[in-house]
Amino acid sequence: PGGLGYERGAATNYITRNRARKKLQLSLPDFRRLCILKGIYPHEPKHKKKVNKGSTAPRTFYLLKDIKFLLHEPIVNKFREYKVFVRKLRKAYGKSEWGTVERLKDNKPTYKLDHIVKERYPTFIDALRDLDDALSMCFLFSTFPRTGKCHVQTIQLCRRLAVEFQNYVIASRSLRKVFLSIKGIYYQAEVLGQPITWITPYTFSHDHPTDVDYRVMATFTEFYTTLLGFVNFRLYQSLNLLYPPKIDSQAEDELKPAEGKEYAMDSESYLERLSALSASLARAVAPAHEDEVEMDEFPVEGETAELMDAKKKEQEALEKHKKLFEGLRFFLNREVPREPLAFVIRCFGGQVSWDKSLCIGATYDATDPSITHHIIDRPRVDKQVVGRYYLQPQWVFDSVNAKLCLPVADYFPGLLLPPHLSPFVMEKEGDYVPPEKLKLLALQRGENPGAGNEESEEEEEEEEEEEGDNDKEEEEEEDESEKEEEMKLQKMEEQKMGEQKTEEQKSQTNKDKQRLEQEQQSEEKRLAIMMMKKREKYLYKKIMFGKKRKIREANKLAEKRKAHDAALKEQKKKSKKARQV
Amino acid sequence: HPFPSVFLRDIRNTVGNIPMEWYQDFPHVGYDLDGRRIFKPLRSKDELDLFLEKMENPEYWSAIPGKPRDRSVPWDGGSAVKSHRGFGDGICGELPAVDFFSHEVRIHPVTNRPADKRSFIPSLVEKEKVSKLVHAIKMGWIQPRKPKENVPTFYDLWAQEDPNSILGRHKMHVPAPKIPLPGHAESYNPPPEFLLSPEELSWEQQEPSERRLNFLPRRFPSLRAVPAYPRFIHERFERCLDLYLCPRQRKMRVNVDPEDLIPKLPKPRDLQPFPTTQALIYRGHSSLVRTLSVSPSGQWLVSGSDDGTLRFWEVISARCLRTVPVGSAVKSVAWNPNPNVCLVAAAIPPWIPLDPFNPACLWDQLPQLLLGIPPFPIPSPFPPQRAPIPFPIPFPIPFPFQPVTQVTWHAKGDYWASVLRNPGGRQVLIHQSSRRWSQDPFRKSPGMIQCVRFHPIRPYFLVASQRSVRIYNLLRQELTKKLQSNCQWISSMAVHPGGDNVICGSYDSKLAWFDLDLSTRPYRLLRHHRRALRAVSFHRRYPLFASASDDGTVIVCHGMVYNDLLQNALLVPLKVLKGHVPTLDLGVLDVAFHPQQPWLFSSGADGTVRLYT
Repeated sequence: PGGLGYERGAATNYITRNRARKKLQLSLPDFRRLCILKGIYPHEPKHKKKVNKGSTAPRTFYLLKDIKFLLHEPIVNKFREYKVFVRKLRKAYGKSEWGTVERLKDNKPTYKLDHIVKERYPTFIDALRDLDDALSMCFLFSTFPRTGKCHVQTIQLCRRLAVEFQNYVIASRSLRKVFLSIKGIYYQAEVLGQPITWITPYTFSHDHPTDVDYRVMATFTEFYTTLLGFVNFRLYQSLNLLYPPKIDSQAEDELKPAEGKEYAMDSESYLERLSALSASLARAVAPAHEDEVEMDEFPVEGETAELMDAKKKEQEALEKHKKLFEGLRFFLNREVPREPLAFVIRCFGGQVSWDKSLCIGATYDATDPSITHHIIDRPRVDKQVVGRYYLQPQWVFDSVNAKLCLPVADYFPGLLLPPHLSPFVMEKEGDYVPPEKLKLLALQRGENPGAGNEESEEEEEEEEEEEGDNDKEEEEEEDESEKEEEMKLQKMEEQKMGEQKTEEQKSQTNKDKQRLEQEQQSEEKRLAIMMMKKREKYLYKKIMFGKKRKIREANKLAEKRKAHDAALKEQKKKSKKARQV
Repeated sequence: HPFPSVFLRDIRNTVGNIPMEWYQDFPHVGYDLDGRRIFKPLRSKDELDLFLEKMENPEYWSAIPGKPRDRSVPWDGGSAVKSHRGFGDGICGELPAVDFFSHEVRIHPVTNRPADKRSFIPSLVEKEKVSKLVHAIKMGWIQPRKPKENVPTFYDLWAQEDPNSILGRHKMHVPAPKIPLPGHAESYNPPPEFLLSPEELSWEQQEPSERRLNFLPRRFPSLRAVPAYPRFIHERFERCLDLYLCPRQRKMRVNVDPEDLIPKLPKPRDLQPFPTTQALIYRGHSSLVRTLSVSPSGQWLVSGSDDGTLRFWEVISARCLRTVPVGSAVKSVAWNPNPNVCLVAAAIPPWIPLDPFNPACLWDQLPQLLLGIPPFPIPSPFPPQRAPIPFPIPFPIPFPFQPVTQVTWHAKGDYWASVLRNPGGRQVLIHQSSRRWSQDPFRKSPGMIQCVRFHPIRPYFLVASQRSVRIYNLLRQELTKKLQSNCQWISSMAVHPGGDNVICGSYDSKLAWFDLDLSTRPYRLLRHHRRALRAVSFHRRYPLFASASDDGTVIVCHGMVYNDLLQNALLVPLKVLKGHVPTLDLGVLDVAFHPQQPWLFSSGADGTVRLYT
């Protein structure tokens, strides 16, 4: 009975979007908002046709359980209340009852998302795992202009939370990788063992696209700000820092108060000073001089001991990485992006300052003699001060990714920079590895290939040139000498013929044998592949196709690089010759 | 010096409180204290003058604009009253300023007016309003203002976190995949090989969904040259859409070593002997060789070709002993398996004139021939040194005008069967050569018949139609089994000499191995060939079988059948034999094993017969 009978199994586990909406008695925008806030998403059923009751029409399906779960959500009621509120308000406006309007506005229904955050992320680690999108979104919203696109409060809140998070990362020294891409700057921090990656746009005004629904983004941001607020609170607590963050009183004294007033209004100057990222934060409990807990060492054997050793080494490397810029004093010229650089430098223990007029929170002047690195992004420096390196900003980022202070010679202003590599790429065997990465790996191992290589390259070039000039003469000479040698060799060979022949034959037969064996093996493999089941064969072919494509791409990249290097060499030679002439 | 006096002179106007437009037409604007005319300034002040004045005069901001037309009088707090008096000199007297409304509470009313009555009785309008409000409050329409909550916005949410409190829906929860991390190509200053070369710049023409990278790799000489990324907001928005709109499904990522997928089979080396190399080529036919058959002694070979000849070969020497022209394409030949009788059955289309030297050519309209060597049915041992001298013996069959496509012998050598291409009508005939008698075993046509075989041991008859194989019991005259080959179109069939296994080749390049004891479905379906299978064959003594295909290869497989019923047959491909050149889209057309040796004959579309040993 009931035709094909879709009354049990997969068909009853799913519900289409429209039916779900009707069940919840919500309008589409409200349903959308609810789904975003509660983290409900459609599911792709395994047997779509069965779930779709025999039809093949494209529909989105939600899990019935999810929708039932939404039925009990208190926020649904808040949505309805809000709808009523809007209706009342409109009516009051229409009747010009300003008193009512005011009263209604005072009683505007609001909702909180705390319980949803707790529900979606039962543990703190869960929340950390899902922080990537939240951070990226908050950092994007904090760069929006305070005009129209969304509420000013949201933008301010995003800015505050983003700054708080940055301050936490600085205080905990948990930044690991930075990458300057053409899209923005990627950061990766490791918080409680979880890698958290986020992207910030370059600080330019946005050209707001028209085909983007800002309401959707705003709803996401609403949830993300709540999440990030709680996460920040917890993170600050874990470091014994005060929340909302307070600038350390010592550091506060250092910042000149007068300057603050000039720069921003009183209400904003505190956040501005926080966002300058130059001051350390106040702690709730004064830290004991060294928090490091000596780990008890248990006697272990065999593999575990090795593992422990490896872990220890890793830990040491990490500690070293965290103190990468310790003791260095940086000065940022006004044309370099201040915030990312200050953030990165402070994350690795460096001290940083900038021009007083650029931003609040500058701690020392450009003329300070103790500055060790001056970050500059101009083709040339007008007045160089002795005793500091003038470097392009890429040096900072490359050093962080390389986990060591790179040699500065490649990064002087006006030079053609070495390529900036992505720290997120972990090359496996068979992948293409750019030569710069190889160089870097060698550096990390403690070798110094750079200087030697360049010299040898130059020498080679010179040699080649010389060869080019002397080629003809040499060839003639060589020819004569070769002939003589050949005669001698022939005689020798004849003597040894007997012995050699057998040897040659042996080696020949050996080679043949090897080749035959290889051929046989490959044929056996081919035959065995013929006997594979259809599904396995399909899988096998797919895997092999992927592998081959990878190899092909790697080869292509290598070839391109080779061609590029050759072209560069040629050009160098030409220019050299031109100079000589 | 006149100037200071001019500037210092009091030039207050004495015209009084009259409209100034009365002086519009005069050169002066009034009279000063001494009764002299005050002249209008030569020109009125324009913006520039005002600006200059503003810049030069430090007291500009406190000047009262207006009354003294020509000169702004700076205002200094104390002199206000004085200046006021100056204006009104003689017009209004000096009055004491009394502040009626001040913070001081007075005992007397300001005015003497008696209070209204309405101030002593309650207002009706207000009463109405209040009653409305009271009603609204009673009904719950008006809520009292909520006190502002003083709870901190953020607190330790995970203070009592319980990792086990996973809600029901989390069982099915599929976490969203993270955004893939950027590679070298996304850098603002990538290594040069990651930039797209001019050939690869078709990126812009590609559909956004087809691009492998969703951005164009670019190189900037320095960080300050990097512009904003125009699609940044788009990308965040797309991520948002993905998060709440994209259907999710948990997919198991296969993380297998491809080498593990390859089945472990016994090595072909251990399964010898089998034909491995091409030993001989039998040349002579000028067109494709459709069919071949080996004599039961293994000494002779007969092949039938589209060039209209039958050729007899000596196997060892590849010599053509005899060519029998039959005039038209030979579809099928079959050597009588009885070693005592030397007979070859051949299927030849009807319109061929028979050998004119043959006295038996009376039935020249007949389509079939039974070539007897020597004339049937005398069973004389054939002298092996001499070449066979075939001459045809026509065999009468009742349906003369349908072309015969296949002939096959019973193992005993007396009965043989032929397949006619006669869709809808009779298609199979069984002949008895000793009695020169034919019969149609079927009352009803079982579909389009491709191929028939006699069972080597039992009195079974196997008929392959387009998709299935039927097995009939000839004694009981009933259908015993119907095998479902999972193929589209069966082309050929062979029966294992043990009798319990059947292989079928099909035009959709599959080979189905049936185990009759196991199931009516194929035990294994082998897809070794790339194109249609034309012929399959079993070896009589060795556990070998071969399949010939249009891709020009013959694949020899090991097909071990065990006596133990519990153990399934072991199938191992042994060798791919190549040699035939595909012509006219046809490759190898027939294949046959030597009856004693592990040798293989194949005939191809290139007009050759080849021997592999």
